[in-house]
Amino acid sequence: MNGCRPGHPTRRSQETDDLPGLYIHIPFCLRKCAYCGFYSITDHSLIPAFLSALRREMDHYQGWAASFDTLYIGGGTPSVLHEGDLEALIADIRIAFTITADAEITVEVNPADITDSLLASLRRSGVNRLSIGIQSFDDGSLALLGRRHTALQAISAVRRVRDAGFENIGLDLIYGLPCSCGHDAASCPQEQHDVATYPSWLSTLDKAIGMNPDHISCYQLTLEEGTPLAQKCSRGEVILPEESVLADFFCNTSKFLEENGYGHYEVSNFAHPGRESRHNRKYWNHIPYLGLGPAAHSFSGRERRWNRSSVEAYISDLESGREPVESRETLSDEQLGLEALFLGFRTRRGICLETFRSRYGQDLLAEKRETVERLTREGLVEIRDGFLRPTRAGMAVADSLALI
Amino acid sequence: MDNIRNFSIIAHIDHGKSTLADRLIQFTGVVEDRNFQDQILDNMDIERERGITIKSQVVSLPYRAKNGRSYTLNLIDTPGHVDFTYEVSRSLASCEGVLLLIDAAQGVQAQTLANLYLAMEHDLAIIPVINKIDLPSADVERVLEQIDSELGLDTDTHLKCSAKAGIGIEEILEAIVERIPPPKGDPAAPLAALIFDAKYDSFRGTVIHCRIFDGTVKAGDIIRLVYNNATHRVEEVGHFLLQRQKLDSLSAGDVGYIIAGVKTVSDVRTGDTITLENRPCPKPLPGFKEVKPVVFASIYPIASDDYTDLADSLDKFKLNDASFVYEKDSSAALGQGFRCGFLGLLHLDIVQERLEREYDLSIILSVPSVRYRFTLKDGTILFVDNPAHYPDPMSIIKSEEPYIRAAMMLPERYLGAVMKLCMDKRGVNSTLNYPSPGRAELIYEVPLAEVIFDFYDRFKSVTQGYGSFDYDLIDYRESSLALLDILVNGEKVDALSQIVHRERARSRGLQACERLKEEIPRQMFKIAIQGVIGGEIISRTTISAFRKDVIAKCYGGDISRKRKLLEKQKKGKKRMKMIGNVSIPQSAFLAVLKSDTE
Repeated sequence: MNGCRPGHPTRRSQETDDLPGLYIHIPFCLRKCAYCGFYSITDHSLIPAFLSALRREMDHYQGWAASFDTLYIGGGTPSVLHEGDLEALIADIRIAFTITADAEITVEVNPADITDSLLASLRRSGVNRLSIGIQSFDDGSLALLGRRHTALQAISAVRRVRDAGFENIGLDLIYGLPCSCGHDAASCPQEQHDVATYPSWLSTLDKAIGMNPDHISCYQLTLEEGTPLAQKCSRGEVILPEESVLADFFCNTSKFLEENGYGHYEVSNFAHPGRESRHNRKYWNHIPYLGLGPAAHSFSGRERRWNRSSVEAYISDLESGREPVESRETLSDEQLGLEALFLGFRTRRGICLETFRSRYGQDLLAEKRETVERLTREGLVEIRDGFLRPTRAGMAVADSLALI
Repeated sequence: MDNIRNFSIIAHIDHGKSTLADRLIQFTGVVEDRNFQDQILDNMDIERERGITIKSQVVSLPYRAKNGRSYTLNLIDTPGHVDFTYEVSRSLASCEGVLLLIDAAQGVQAQTLANLYLAMEHDLAIIPVINKIDLPSADVERVLEQIDSELGLDTDTHLKCSAKAGIGIEEILEAIVERIPPPKGDPAAPLAALIFDAKYDSFRGTVIHCRIFDGTVKAGDIIRLVYNNATHRVEEVGHFLLQRQKLDSLSAGDVGYIIAGVKTVSDVRTGDTITLENRPCPKPLPGFKEVKPVVFASIYPIASDDYTDLADSLDKFKLNDASFVYEKDSSAALGQGFRCGFLGLLHLDIVQERLEREYDLSIILSVPSVRYRFTLKDGTILFVDNPAHYPDPMSIIKSEEPYIRAAMMLPERYLGAVMKLCMDKRGVNSTLNYPSPGRAELIYEVPLAEVIFDFYDRFKSVTQGYGSFDYDLIDYRESSLALLDILVNGEKVDALSQIVHRERARSRGLQACERLKEEIPRQMFKIAIQGVIGGEIISRTTISAFRKDVIAKCYGGDISRKRKLLEKQKKGKKRMKMIGNVSIPQSAFLAVLKSDTE
């Protein structure tokens, strides 16, 4: 790989004080969860070759940006790496790139992997935020999802993280799970399943806020083609809640968490004021980010590109001096505009009308006046301080709002 | 003339008509193998995809028979749908014989019989050909029995072939030579040529496809079209070897083309007679009938900016489809558009699809209608084919709707179901005959409005494909009519209005609401759909809003996946018409007519 370095950020972001973010993908898991469609493998013999390939990739993109103010190590399960490897990796990241002193540095961890020594090692590396994959505090649901921890383990893991001195922690939860009653579609009517799944979710939420995390992500379960859970569903062995029930989950979750001090700042994300994920916000706000590792995505302000997802291909590309890029696309203004809409409507902050007009040449209020008025009457959007914001109900239909 | 044979292949759908035509073409070497393409005569994409023939085609096959003599075998390929029955009859009128193709596994089917009757009407020589004899499920014995009992044909005359495997092709060509009589006629008599089709060529204008019955025509002749008395100077004549092949002249017995500076195909009429200006034939060839549109609907561009493009496209389209008529129209809900006339719903469907495909237009069609007749208090007689022009009910003293005579041929076992269907469709004055044991001919008089909608599909379905159906317009009859309007979120969508029989109004209103509920996708807000007659709401339904659609997460910075998904949806949305705040898909406008029997 020589001189040519395509895809460097070409434009500063809309919030000019935001620097690009850095994402590192660790594609290994101890085992695959039943619902997960993300790329990861359970064959750990490739870890050494992967780590050296990752270092080559880091070297290649040195100078991609002057500095980064967020670093996010996700996966897969980064916590399956030996703590020494993880510590060394973070040190190498700091050698290859400038991570600002006040950067948000997040690592995703599985509750089952959390040990005091891992936590100490992460603290030494300057990691200041942990995103803990709890998913549920209900053992039945955890089993259904194929998670390798129990509710009790999750509770104790969160306690240890706090004890280790982490001040900024986020819990990841999943809602809209199939009912864990064990009955199939034939023997149990849909409504009964719908009713049955609700208390379990409320109890998970309740336990979550009891631990006073700074951040809570509530993802709606999506069936990814080919996963064991999707197969179970198509065979009718488990039944997912209906859309109207999911809409209730969404709205009630939002109300509940907001009443308990968590701002609903993005479709799936809630945080105490000031604890919003700085890294994820870059995705929603069109701020450039560099993604390294298999299947990682990068955005430079105009170009998106993503890496080969196969670990073997990723390694062999880098070993033979090629960029491990699967594909790239240069976005037209129209595409950027559509992205700005659907990403904007995912956030409570909404779309800055003036920025949108100056950047994409479209005056949303003037051109879509009738629709916007209608949506306002229907309680789906509001206009405040120059922003077109989705309401809570509006966020639930963000995709359709984007197509107005 | 002794060396000419004019023939057609008739068959039930999927019995292998196009494949046999392909083999005959290959065998006689009209096209080199490397240039060959399956279904070579069906040169529109839409024909290949649907496996139907829309336009007729002619190909002249040069053939040296076993008797050592050379022949020209003119194969006239015909369309196969009730909407185009007249075109078929004109093509058959140009032949002396037909190959009646029957699938060895499926045996005699509805269209086999219907086509046989058509051929008999024209007094044609009939050669039964059993196709697909190489199929494991082939049952030649059974088919022979049917040829004898159901078709009443001499089984000794049959041939066997597998068009797919190329078996028995030469025998068929020999039989055409031996058993189909050569054309009769007098090359020296005054010219009498039958027009059976016309196509538009952007360089040469209209290419008239015709069969010469008497006389001779050559470049330089002045011809006269009997129907409109128009005269034209002949520029070129010739015959078809897949492409046009210029000849010095065409004379009695020939099938070929005439190019004579005729600007559009609408200037010629299928079934009309061509003669010479200075030496006309004493009387035109029999059977001319002006084909008139019976179904009317308006076409609107989905994006109003596309109006000019639509106008240009219709102009071009019309050049090649004489049975399609249109004029300017406008709709309060859908803007500027065109009111169009069609031969039937399949014709409408084909026009819509070809406009979208060949001219890259996104269009909406209003609910189709027949042409009603109103007598007003002041004595005016008003024909209305557009619900938007429905007269003030207070001014109407008489309303009438067109009736047809529907002739149906079906196995006896389906009689009950078909009678029920006909009564459902307000059929009256039925007669029943048994032309052969087990086979019934049922005739009903039915309002055309009931037939154009889903009658044909339902008839096919209740007879499991074994019934055949044909109709003629008979007259206008008094009928109690009403105008049914549809409101979407309180706003009248004039393109969804229909003129209905008063007794059926309530059920039609309900049906329309239900269909729309199925066709209009749920949106961010509730949609109320109402059926209204004379200010009274007679039916109502609600499409609830969806409340959650945001699922695919944007995890790990993968924005592209989500954006591509939305781009696709956005494209789909562009094919819907925004009325007020409601996106209505194209399909909704036709769906309101469909009943829910299936």
